[in-house]
Amino acid sequence: MTARLSVQELSVRFPLRGGRTVAAVTGVSFDLDPGECLALVGESGCGKSVLASALLGLLPGNARVGGAALLDGLDLLTAGEKELARRVRGRRIALIPQSPASHLTPVRTVRSQMEETVRELTGAGGPKLRGAAEAAAERAEFPADHLDRYPHQLSGGLAQRAATALALVGEAPLLIADEPTTGLDRDLVDRTADELRRHVDAGRGLLVITHDLAAAERIADRVAVMYAGRIVELTGAASFFGAPGPRHPYARGLLEALPERSFTPIPGMPPELDALPAGCAFAPRCDRATGDCAAVPALAGSRAGAVACHHAYSHAPETADA
Amino acid sequence: MPEPISGPTHEPLPEPIPGPTREPVPGPATGSALEMRGVTAGYDRRAPVLHGASLTVGDGEAVGLLGPSGCGKSTLARVAALLHRPRAGTVRLAGRMAYGFRHRAPRELRTTVGVVFQQPRLAADPRLTLADLIAEPLRATGRRAEAPGRLPALAASVGLGGDLLARRPHEVSDGQLQRACLARALVLRPRLLICDEMTAMLDASTTAALVAAVEEYRREHGTALLAVGHDRVLLERWCDRTVDFGALLPR
Repeated sequence: MTARLSVQELSVRFPLRGGRTVAAVTGVSFDLDPGECLALVGESGCGKSVLASALLGLLPGNARVGGAALLDGLDLLTAGEKELARRVRGRRIALIPQSPASHLTPVRTVRSQMEETVRELTGAGGPKLRGAAEAAAERAEFPADHLDRYPHQLSGGLAQRAATALALVGEAPLLIADEPTTGLDRDLVDRTADELRRHVDAGRGLLVITHDLAAAERIADRVAVMYAGRIVELTGAASFFGAPGPRHPYARGLLEALPERSFTPIPGMPPELDALPAGCAFAPRCDRATGDCAAVPALAGSRAGAVACHHAYSHAPETADA
Repeated sequence: MPEPISGPTHEPLPEPIPGPTREPVPGPATGSALEMRGVTAGYDRRAPVLHGASLTVGDGEAVGLLGPSGCGKSTLARVAALLHRPRAGTVRLAGRMAYGFRHRAPRELRTTVGVVFQQPRLAADPRLTLADLIAEPLRATGRRAEAPGRLPALAASVGLGGDLLARRPHEVSDGQLQRACLARALVLRPRLLICDEMTAMLDASTTAALVAAVEEYRREHGTALLAVGHDRVLLERWCDRTVDFGALLPR
């Protein structure tokens, strides 16, 4: 039940009336192996959730998609809706949604939703169904005595577990979690992150989309930083959050903005995705920008660490301690 | 001065006197920005969310209120902002007793407190431009004429430049909309600003920028702050002191 996801040069455009185009995702490439967690971090509106929707085939009809997203050879971007609905969503890729309380159907109990999903995805039926649904809840540590409750009767943490339980029913080898910790308090964030991590350690691939850097640090093996629709840095989580730290000026600024660190915001605001500056989109906010930045820097480096910047911070040993 | 409401009661709270005499006797506008004593409040009379909570925010002071989700800290913030009527207890804003809540809150008191909520999308009328959104409190208090003079500087102080003010909520990001909501909370120059999980939806850089904007404004105007949240590191960095929600309740 393992699967390898390979995203190559994925781009998503939304043409608007009046000839403008929103460049939501531009030239995004990454690989995700079984048993690995990649955290996609960046400001709201940088294209993270559009990327997730593209992988699930859930983009609105006016989206123009380019590139490829191969899941064990199947291109998710060109696969038909029937294929996605019957073979992919829930079975090979599962979504753990943002704000689970609104993802669950409010007028039906958790048990009813769990049984429906189990019946649909595993074919279990009849007298076995009840037990199978309880076992599915058990796997996400959703307490069996809460199964007969409605979503509004659940706390944020339990609603999160119910949504996770539903996502796990189909034994999908690839999980996508879209802001799974937004609005939860710190203890719940830690617990949710640890629970997701268990599924990674069990051999699943996990793409977690988040703006919560603390949650990303707790869960991820690798970190991809997105800015204005592009991945600007893709590197190991240990070197990103620890020493020697991120190499891209934007990624540095994002980390330094944390209250644990210098608590200084990055000056300015992210660009509009329908009016991106020519060249590096971060240059107008960057204190290292020069004339070179008029050309878009390519994401260059190895799997161990890649950065898209003409003036990236160096990790050469002689300057690491400087 | 009306009697303070005391003790748990199942009687309806006394209604304020209707008509033009409803305006409160203006008490002294001195003392603590916020003083809550023994506040019991909730949404179901059998199970109050708050039970006898007391909290003081001194004039110009910044207090961080910490607690896990569901503990009642947002309810407390709503009572302090006169948006929710407590079942018992007293609330004083700038030393003046609040005896009307929600639509019955007297304007003199309501305008001494500004609130920023967690979710800007739910707190902003989607039909208004950001400029109209920020000016809404001025319009509601009959001071529309002040808007052109006030808005540009205020918008700039929260980091909203030029053409953003002409846009509507669906045309801006969460961070930009939250900046507008912050400006709206400050446009009447309140004595107390309440930020209820203002940055929970935002990324690290936008969080730091909004906190910096609040602090800049407070330095200039001496506004008191009640910041409600669950991020201990953030609130300790931001506020003069932090209190755990449990410490507000009687032992």
